[in-house]
Amino acid sequence: MSQKELLKVENLSVSFTGYERGFRQIDLQVIENLNVTVKKGEMVAVVGASGSGKSLLAHTLLGILPPNSTACGNIYFEGELLNAQKINQLRGKEIAFVPQSVTYLDPLKKVGSQVRKDKKVIESYRKQQELFSFYDLPAKTDNLYPFELSGGMARRVFLSAAMMETPKLIVADEPTPGLHLEAAKNSLKHFREFADKGGGVLLITHDIELALEVSDRIAVFYAGTTVEEAFASDFQSENLLRHPYTKALWRALPQNGFAPTPGVQPYVKDKPQGCVYAPRCSVYSSKCNSKIPMQTIRNGSVLCACAK
Amino acid sequence: MKTGHAVAVYLVKILVKLLLVLLAVSIICFVLISVSPVDPIRMYVGEVGMRNIQPETLAKLESYFGLDTPLTIRYFNWLSDFVRGDMGTSLIYRQPVIDVIGVRFVNSFALMLTAWLFSGILGFFLGVIAGIRRGRLTDKLVKGYSLLLASTPTFWLALVMLMVFAVWLKWFPIGLSVPIGVDASKVTIFDTLHHLFLPALTLSVIGVANIALHTREKMIDVMAEDYVLYAKARGKSTFSILRHHGIRNVILPAITLQFASIGEIFGGSVLVEQVFSYPGLGQAAVNAGLSGDSPLLLGIAVISAALVFSGNFIANALYGIIDPRIRRGLKND
Ligand SMILES: Nc1ncnc2c1ncn2[C@@H]1O[C@H](COP(=O)(O)OP(=O)(O)O)[C@@H](O)[C@H]1O
Ligand SMILES: [Mg+2]
Repeated sequence: MSQKELLKVENLSVSFTGYERGFRQIDLQVIENLNVTVKKGEMVAVVGASGSGKSLLAHTLLGILPPNSTACGNIYFEGELLNAQKINQLRGKEIAFVPQSVTYLDPLKKVGSQVRKDKKVIESYRKQQELFSFYDLPAKTDNLYPFELSGGMARRVFLSAAMMETPKLIVADEPTPGLHLEAAKNSLKHFREFADKGGGVLLITHDIELALEVSDRIAVFYAGTTVEEAFASDFQSENLLRHPYTKALWRALPQNGFAPTPGVQPYVKDKPQGCVYAPRCSVYSSKCNSKIPMQTIRNGSVLCACAK
Repeated sequence: MKTGHAVAVYLVKILVKLLLVLLAVSIICFVLISVSPVDPIRMYVGEVGMRNIQPETLAKLESYFGLDTPLTIRYFNWLSDFVRGDMGTSLIYRQPVIDVIGVRFVNSFALMLTAWLFSGILGFFLGVIAGIRRGRLTDKLVKGYSLLLASTPTFWLALVMLMVFAVWLKWFPIGLSVPIGVDASKVTIFDTLHHLFLPALTLSVIGVANIALHTREKMIDVMAEDYVLYAKARGKSTFSILRHHGIRNVILPAITLQFASIGEIFGGSVLVEQVFSYPGLGQAAVNAGLSGDSPLLLGIAVISAALVFSGNFIANALYGIIDPRIRRGLKND
């Protein structure tokens, strides 16, 4: 493994234990064979429809999956294999989480003390004030309660909170919805700057256009599986892309004709045996019904039997 | 608008609501008692007297008790006396209702306050612990205890307590609030506490179950909230999360519940006072009801409604003062 790899997620799977009709215990495998890599200085966008497992990936990386879930697979951070205990040591320090909405702030506590993690040392106050002014947050933000923040302010509060320590990796789960385009771009610009200084960013989003503007690489999730890891530049032409689903996403972009793909992502329980995309695929063949290996094509990876 | 001012307006608003509710309660009780078969004259002269009564005497008594005046006039007379602190005279105790209630209220208040504080504090701690240790042994014990007690009838538990601790073990007196045959001036605080203990314990033990179950549920919800996940994701320890986020978010609904549950404690105290022959408001209410003492019944109904609704009033007021969303929201209105 190259030393420059900051984060490597290998064959991650996540399953939930639930009860069917109240009695029979069942295991619901919602993530299977998830792969993604983030190098130092790189910003990788994870894109995929709602329910494709993006948030679960973020929650796995931060060790905040719900109690009735199990995660398997290998996660490496700076080449070191992580376990629950190591994640516990890294989170909040080397791995920072930027959540999606203001509900991730305690409604009964002032914003400032939450950003400082209730630390009462002068150093924390200084750092927090510095970050607030760096991210253009008015000084009074310190004394506001979460419900008094605008969407854009909340986003910058989370950024400040992430930067209170010196993280090497930022995991941002949908940090832009609810922001108008300018504010969204502005907020992503900060992530880009962080990556340019040598950090790594895993940006989770369902806005491909926005992701393409700032990211180096794109990981495409479909029904809990990574179907392709491509370079942002591959999206300049359909031919450079590898997976039929990615191509479909490409065709759905406004500049490429807004073409919708018929069908929907399968529900966890009705996932097909072989390729998860088979039922919607335009180039489906009998090869797709058996287990598909991950292939490397043009330096990107793809999970498709007939990818070229 | 200044925050202090806004909060004051908010408090006045709920206070006005409280008064309106009390007014409504008094009207309803007044009407109910008037249409009920309770007959103050029969009560006053007794069954035998009733059989031998002269029609003139009956007419005199009817006008004395005001039965010949219309209901609305009677209500307004009662109300105008009530606001001047005169609730009439109790027919069974032959004393002003206000005095009867005064003495009884102190007894009941001691009982309810002890049970209320004890069950509130213990229930809260048990609930918090069970909530964060969800599914583990501690949780199962707390949950088992609470479910068992929540489904235990209050009077039955009171009887068991009485049998075990008073009759068999003889640790506590079997009833009343003071020792029998002891001069009132010689009754010590120890005697009072000794008599208070069993009824208060019974009431607390039942109350704990409810509070613990509610707090447990709330704690589980809070621990699954986004802000707790975020705090974890930022490397905070469970203890720190509990201290800075958990308790804070659970205590507000817990306090509200605690104040709103005064009604339940009151209801429980009626039964417990009956079993322990403890001379409190609840026991007086039962006596008044059974013997048709309408002035006393009415007085107790209004006073206990005031008590229960004050609990709700305080709960609402606390929300306005503690929860920043309401406190600051009022200012921004
Ligand atoms: N607590 C849970 N129990 C069962 N299934 C869950 C749970 N949380 C998420 N899932 C399932 O996992 C899948 C992925 O969810 P998620 O990661 O939130 O998707 P995304 O963030 O891409 O929209 C969804 O199909 C969802 O139904
Ligand atoms: Mg999500």
